[in-house]
Amino acid sequence: MLEITNLHASVGDKPILKGLTLSVPAGEVHAIMGPNGAGKSTLSNVLGGKPGYEVTAGSVTFRGEDLLALEPHERAAKGLFLGFQYPVEIPGVSNVQFLRESLNAQRKARGEEPLSGGEFLKLAKDKAGLLKMDMEMLKRQVNVGFSGGEKKRAEMVQMGILDPAFAVLDETDSGLDIDALRIVGAGINAIMRAPDKAVLLITHYQRLLDVVKPDKVSILAGGRIVETGGPELALRLEAEGYDAVMA
Amino acid sequence: MTLATLPTRRDEAWRYADMDGLARLGVAALDQWQAIDVPAGESVTRCLVVGSDAPELHRFRVTLGEGATAAFFVTNAGGDYTRVEVEVRLAKGAHFEFGGVTIGGAGVTREFVTQVVHAEPEATSNQTVRAVHWAGATGNFLGEIKVARHAQKTDAAQDFKGLLLEAGASANAVPQLEIFADDVKCAHGATVGALEEAARFYMMARGLDPATAQRLLVQAFIGDAFVALEDEAERETLLDAALAALEGAKL
Repeated sequence: MLEITNLHASVGDKPILKGLTLSVPAGEVHAIMGPNGAGKSTLSNVLGGKPGYEVTAGSVTFRGEDLLALEPHERAAKGLFLGFQYPVEIPGVSNVQFLRESLNAQRKARGEEPLSGGEFLKLAKDKAGLLKMDMEMLKRQVNVGFSGGEKKRAEMVQMGILDPAFAVLDETDSGLDIDALRIVGAGINAIMRAPDKAVLLITHYQRLLDVVKPDKVSILAGGRIVETGGPELALRLEAEGYDAVMA
Repeated sequence: MTLATLPTRRDEAWRYADMDGLARLGVAALDQWQAIDVPAGESVTRCLVVGSDAPELHRFRVTLGEGATAAFFVTNAGGDYTRVEVEVRLAKGAHFEFGGVTIGGAGVTREFVTQVVHAEPEATSNQTVRAVHWAGATGNFLGEIKVARHAQKTDAAQDFKGLLLEAGASANAVPQLEIFADDVKCAHGATVGALEEAARFYMMARGLDPATAQRLLVQAFIGDAFVALEDEAERETLLDAALAALEGAKL
């Protein structure tokens, strides 16, 4: 579903990704772990198309198409969802308005009929319930006044509503307490565990992987994938640390 | 009194004006003041969309009786030089509310000029102006607040924010406070900035095209100016007129 080949990317003049190759087929949850500064967030930003990240070599193919040739909103309409490490506050815009416009923009790009206000609210209520989030919060401004944990939960509600084929989740577990972590993990499973979907899960910790059991685990270090294995690789990292495992 | 000649840029109140636009208006336009007298205890709300393709000047002279209220809400758009002036005199316990949006590109100049005179005690005023410009256009807010010596417990606030969608556009805020009483609150704030790139990317990552993302962000930005307007239909009219002016703006 997602094929990354020899990807090189820079921020400003600084090369961050240096020949990253990774393949994530449909039906797979692939966890990416790695030390600070390895390029994990750069990978997710390059996949999302964030301005300021320049791809200098390599390719990314998503569902058979050149992902890098698409604008961020076109990537979303093709089924890519980017879960932000730091979800952005948008004062003056309600979650409901933002998500309804977003979903209908995606549907329009795919040649589907827009959802009516009633249909959308029903869907939003359903997905908010999945993440145990009060509908009242969705009527509030996007992420404004939300705690760190609420922002991450709201990201997952957004993912549920937009129903992507592929999710890149950048440290979705950071800032979550133990209960919220379970809820978010269960949400990821409910929304994304399907034969025709896949997830790239960027994380520092084993805790989330206990809930969202990954099929594969890769270590990203120095801008490239240095090792790929099964779930046991994450357990080894947790026990021994990056230096020992990569030595 | 009839003005014999047009003002010049040396006049403080016309410092940022479009003098060519003013010349096209002609000297006669300067004499056209609309007087609004609000008797004690009563209230008046005026909503105005300025938006023709000719230069426009609207001048209001408002007198508020004891405990009276006047509220003005204006979308200042259109194809040429536009200027809306409001002079208000408040009696005891009166309230003046002003919400204005200047929006436009194509090198136009748009202005709000207010003079709020707190002539007696315990009157309140609140002014919120938002300016959104691009393509060499300019938005100006010249706001003067005068508090008379015995007008104690005056509470006056003025808030200006400018959003410039590209380099070359400008916004000028000129707050002038003249306070002779000692037990008053007079607040003013002015900021000018660009659209937040992080918010724009976040919205695009959810599927919104750049124009829709910009429209939502601008809508949220200018919404502050019309928060105090309770009539939802009027509020929609003012917002729609402003957002219509945004079509074709720089992305």
